[in-house]
Amino acid sequence: MTTLAPTTPPKATSHEAAARQRRSGRTRGTYPNWFYLPAAVIYGTLFLVPTFASFYFSLTRWTIFKSTFIGLDNFTEFFQEPALVKGFVNTFLYAVVTSGLKVVLGLLLGILLTSQIRARGYLRSVVFFPVLVSTVGVGITFTAFMDPSYGVINKALAAVGIDGPGWLTDPSLALFSVALVDVWKGVGLATVIYIAGIVSIPQDYYEAAKIDGAGPWQLFRNVVLPLSWPATSTVIILSLIGGLRSFDLIWAMTRGGPGFSSDVVASVIYKQYQAGFYGLSTAGNVVLFLVVTAIVVPLARFLARKEVQR
Amino acid sequence: MRSRTLAKRRAAVAAAAALPLLLSACSAGSLGSSSGDGSATTIKLMVDNAPDNLQAAKQLAKDFQAQNPKIRVSVETRPGGADGDNLIKTRLQTGSMADVFSYNTGSLFQQIDPTKNLAPITKDPYVNKLDKSFLPQVTVGGQTYGVPFGPALGGGVLYNKKVYARLGLTVPTTWAQFIDNSKKIKAAGVAPVIQTYQDTWTSQLLVLGDFHNVSAAEPDFAKKYTANQAKFATDTNAVKGFEHLEQIHDLKLQNADYASATLAKGLQMLATGKGAQYPMLSTVIGAIKTSNPDQLNDIGFFALPGDDASANGLTAWFPNAFYVPKSTAGDKLTAVKKFLSFAASPAGCTSQAKASTPTGPYLVKGCALPPDVPTITKDVASYFTNDAQSPALEFLSPVKGPSLEQICVQVGSGITGARSGAAQYDKDVKKQAQQLGLSGW
Repeated sequence: MTTLAPTTPPKATSHEAAARQRRSGRTRGTYPNWFYLPAAVIYGTLFLVPTFASFYFSLTRWTIFKSTFIGLDNFTEFFQEPALVKGFVNTFLYAVVTSGLKVVLGLLLGILLTSQIRARGYLRSVVFFPVLVSTVGVGITFTAFMDPSYGVINKALAAVGIDGPGWLTDPSLALFSVALVDVWKGVGLATVIYIAGIVSIPQDYYEAAKIDGAGPWQLFRNVVLPLSWPATSTVIILSLIGGLRSFDLIWAMTRGGPGFSSDVVASVIYKQYQAGFYGLSTAGNVVLFLVVTAIVVPLARFLARKEVQR
Repeated sequence: MRSRTLAKRRAAVAAAAALPLLLSACSAGSLGSSSGDGSATTIKLMVDNAPDNLQAAKQLAKDFQAQNPKIRVSVETRPGGADGDNLIKTRLQTGSMADVFSYNTGSLFQQIDPTKNLAPITKDPYVNKLDKSFLPQVTVGGQTYGVPFGPALGGGVLYNKKVYARLGLTVPTTWAQFIDNSKKIKAAGVAPVIQTYQDTWTSQLLVLGDFHNVSAAEPDFAKKYTANQAKFATDTNAVKGFEHLEQIHDLKLQNADYASATLAKGLQMLATGKGAQYPMLSTVIGAIKTSNPDQLNDIGFFALPGDDASANGLTAWFPNAFYVPKSTAGDKLTAVKKFLSFAASPAGCTSQAKASTPTGPYLVKGCALPPDVPTITKDVASYFTNDAQSPALEFLSPVKGPSLEQICVQVGSGITGARSGAAQYDKDVKKQAQQLGLSGW
């Protein structure tokens, strides 16, 4: 556009007009269009095309060699999958249990680690350490710990006279055992978020509350809890998304077993891939995408609104 | 079927973009010695990374090179299981497969689309040397595509002969005798039936290994099953495998830690006499040889018994085969065919037996087992010599569901009953049949 600037008018005005046009061009976008091209190409080929291709392939019966269009059959099939209903229930249970525990434990640990205790910096890094360890490594280690007859957990319980359960082999317990390990591994991140949230509460609030005669419980209830709400909503959103699409830890520890009793949606989908049902598993991923969106978007809005209303 | 849709072309572009990565990754794993001899032809042989198979392939390559100094065979490996399946499918699809590769026979072989991806070897002279039982496993539409790599194996019961001798038991030929034996073993304080559900796949043997009994009672079951006319849940013979699994749980004949035990643990229990019987494939010989070499010959093998003692026989698994992709041509194709001819000859069998312990007979005419093979191998081979064997269902029908192992764990742990487990499996196989585009599903 600037190259089309008129040449006939006096110099001063043309300069001013050009400057104005440059400025207005700047409000449209900081860079010329070609500047966006590399990123757009990468985004298009690596993200947009596969996303739309997956919507298409979810409607086909797809071996790697050929695909046949079969309409919505994959989705009907997927919802008839015996493990799937169980998988959905398990996914929600897992997401709710892990994110709930992470909120409670993260908040408590956050309060502990912002108080005036000895070796605070060291303790803070210790609680964060499990976050840095490989998930699969954690899974394999805890599988050994939770072995019903040889694992250290049940041996320790036996030492105090308790007959420990089969943590990962009892169908009604397996999912919760994995969830506990997930909490152990993930609570460090929640704690760090809470520490940041609690530290950012201005001292004035505490002083004001104390002058009004507030005790420790009232301080917690009326100052720390409401003012660390941004931290709470971040932890809930992060751990809920993490819980809904959780896969690696469950796969490393139980592979969805015993039987199908700790299957989650992601592991059901993975098994379909393994079996070579590419169309079916792509349909599963589309379903998972829709479900996660349907839960997380309204939840994020709700939590954000609460934050504003506070 | 081969519609050139936009999405498909895009997928092809994406695959092509990923190809250099794949190729470089594979050549890094190459294990063969590359020769500086300019006149030699080098062929690449891809096998899975199971130690027994890798050793056998290397030995084959070595002995073949000694006979054919102008040809070098470079052995490269691939992962086993589902990862290996995907790798093979991708490399076949992108025309980047090694010059010759090993893969399953039977139903999995059907899934790599042989007519489209593989070069037929039907007219080559060495095909005449293959055992009659093996040919149907590598033949599609009248064309033969492979020669066997490795020995056949049996699915049945590994048992501790010392425990059997101590309790004065004999090898059972009916399921009722098997249960009687197991009860006596239990009374003696030994775990009668070893189950190891930490390694899920090991749970399937009571169902899959029972197939000889199903086909003995109902010779056309496999055909009807493939055509969607027979079901595990409703067929009185086929459901028995699931019922047996339920029965050993209900009678508490399993080892106490069946839910958390692994295959390695199970084999140790068997070898040391803490467990007496282990429904298993004879492929585990190598593992026992590594973990308990001194007890290897204490362990014998018998076929899973059914109701009819006169029809007692072995459910047989066929070895993998070497296949040639269509992308192999010219000098390399000639060299590969020489290699196949060597692999399917008595010299080839001897070479393989040198490197890894055979788990059953080699399915090539003129091949004999070395005299010093373990008891298990001898027991398996005797079923072949007596012609008391028939192929497992997966070699007769392409219909095999992917979730059988989890379903068997559920039945064997008492989470679901035999009938509902069988019904679940019938649902599971439907997906496979539809995916393969079989008629009648």
